[in-house]
Amino acid sequence: MAESPVRSEGAAREGDRSGTASVPMVEVWPNLVFIELVAMVLVTAGLVAFSLVVEAPLEGMADPGYTPAVAKAPWYFVGLQELLVYFDPWIAGVMVPGIIIVGLMAIPYLDRNPAGTGRYAFRQRPLAWIAFLSGMALWFGLIAIGEFARGPHWAWYWPGESWDVQKPAQPPSWDLPLGWGIAAVGSYLAAGLALPAVLFPAFRRQLGTVRYLLAMSLLLGLFSIPLKILLRLVFGIHYVVATDWFNI
Amino acid sequence: MSGIGERIRNGQLWKSIFRVGIPSDRRSRLQVILHNFFLHLHPTRVARSGLKMTYTFCLGGISAFLFILLTITGVFLMFYYVPEVGRAYSDMKDIGFVVPFGRVMRALHRWAAHGMVITVILHMLRVALTGSYKPPREFNWVIGVSLLVLTLLLSFTGYLLPWDQLAFWAITVGTNMAAAVPVAGHDGPFHEVAGVAVDNDVRYALLGGIEVGPNALIRFYVLHCVALPLIAVVLMGVHFWRVRKDGGISRPL
Ligand code: HEM
Repeated sequence: MAESPVRSEGAAREGDRSGTASVPMVEVWPNLVFIELVAMVLVTAGLVAFSLVVEAPLEGMADPGYTPAVAKAPWYFVGLQELLVYFDPWIAGVMVPGIIIVGLMAIPYLDRNPAGTGRYAFRQRPLAWIAFLSGMALWFGLIAIGEFARGPHWAWYWPGESWDVQKPAQPPSWDLPLGWGIAAVGSYLAAGLALPAVLFPAFRRQLGTVRYLLAMSLLLGLFSIPLKILLRLVFGIHYVVATDWFNI
Repeated sequence: MSGIGERIRNGQLWKSIFRVGIPSDRRSRLQVILHNFFLHLHPTRVARSGLKMTYTFCLGGISAFLFILLTITGVFLMFYYVPEVGRAYSDMKDIGFVVPFGRVMRALHRWAAHGMVITVILHMLRVALTGSYKPPREFNWVIGVSLLVLTLLLSFTGYLLPWDQLAFWAITVGTNMAAAVPVAGHDGPFHEVAGVAVDNDVRYALLGGIEVGPNALIRFYVLHCVALPLIAVVLMGVHFWRVRKDGGISRPL
């Protein structure tokens, strides 16, 4: 093969300005291969030790006739299950995960800031860091609530609290009047889309209108979830907009 | 001692398998990577900055390694497990109490699966925080997101197989979400328009029935042991290949 060992892995496309010539390079053998070997040995040893001590769970045989006190999805989906408290099933279980997947895939096409690539540089890309870390915190926050603070009928039970205490599945709550609800959602979206453009015009110009609107919509969607949860848990607002077709 | 090693490494057998001897100088160190199928997944040289533990934390590599561990332990479990409602659960009991090393192999498979979900998520976090999805690596990030979804689906389909209460109800809850798909699920908005009911919606297609039963078990088994791993292997191959073709691990410009 005509592959020259030194230059073959160089910049594949124009966008990559990190040509191989200027950076200090080292051979993969033995430098990287050795690190990989050590990592494999450590991971294997740790997992074997853990597996010898902690058994994989196995409960009684599946019985469609006997519903357990609370059925929880595997932990990585418990966050979505917790969302069912606050949103219609088709929003919590279909739309939100769908938007998360498409939104994640869209990140490289929306975040065009070239600064701070190739290292952990919060200062150069604060928005990207805050957006990504907020999403992760939300995901794992919801998982923690669903795993540790939900009991029978998905009611709130503090960790350690007895599940024998009867609780109403949902504390009393009320819907905003339709007009108020639409006004609230409308002003949230309008303010969220307009304010950053007014306050940081350079930012909007750098992104371009389409990218800006898409990125801001995704961010507004992300932040609307904790907002809705707060409205419910703190103010007892069940739905901000309640209609016959959908509720948010 | 070294004389014997030398003779083995220069012998016909060794050379027929490994194609080059143990690398001693710079040139042969590059060659050993190029001339070995498995090592060829790597570039021959990497930027020194990419080797720093505190950059990648080895998370992508560990994810890939956990996938290999899961394949090995999974094949072992397949020898003893039959995906049939009347048998699956007792097979799990046998694996735990009768099969030699069965208990530890099952625990390894279980914990490695949880571990892989965690390392893949952390790997995504590392890539995001270092901005490693910037051009020319955008599409490898997209492939990565697909790999994350596949990892979750692999774990989810495996969750049903023990056929215990935990498995049954977790999958019941999880697959009920499919009923909420607009139009195509029997609980989703506008399902009446399309004439969608409990026995012809997407949940029905997923489970092969109106509830989690024998058909769901065989479907999840085949997805878990054949279909999803095959897709994952192909995507991982493309993922690694793209890391190389995009110029190796990202580094400061
Ligand atoms: C089965 C799951 C996955 C495996 C086995 C895997 C494996 C790897 C490996 C071995 C690397 C080399 C560098 C490193 O170790 O960090 C890498 C790089 C990369 N991965 Fe993944 N990955 C997976 C999932 C993901 C996900 C979920 C994403 C993002 C959503 C992603 C995006 C990337 C990108 C953009 C790179 C290039 C990073 C750079 O150049 O610095 N991968 N992956």
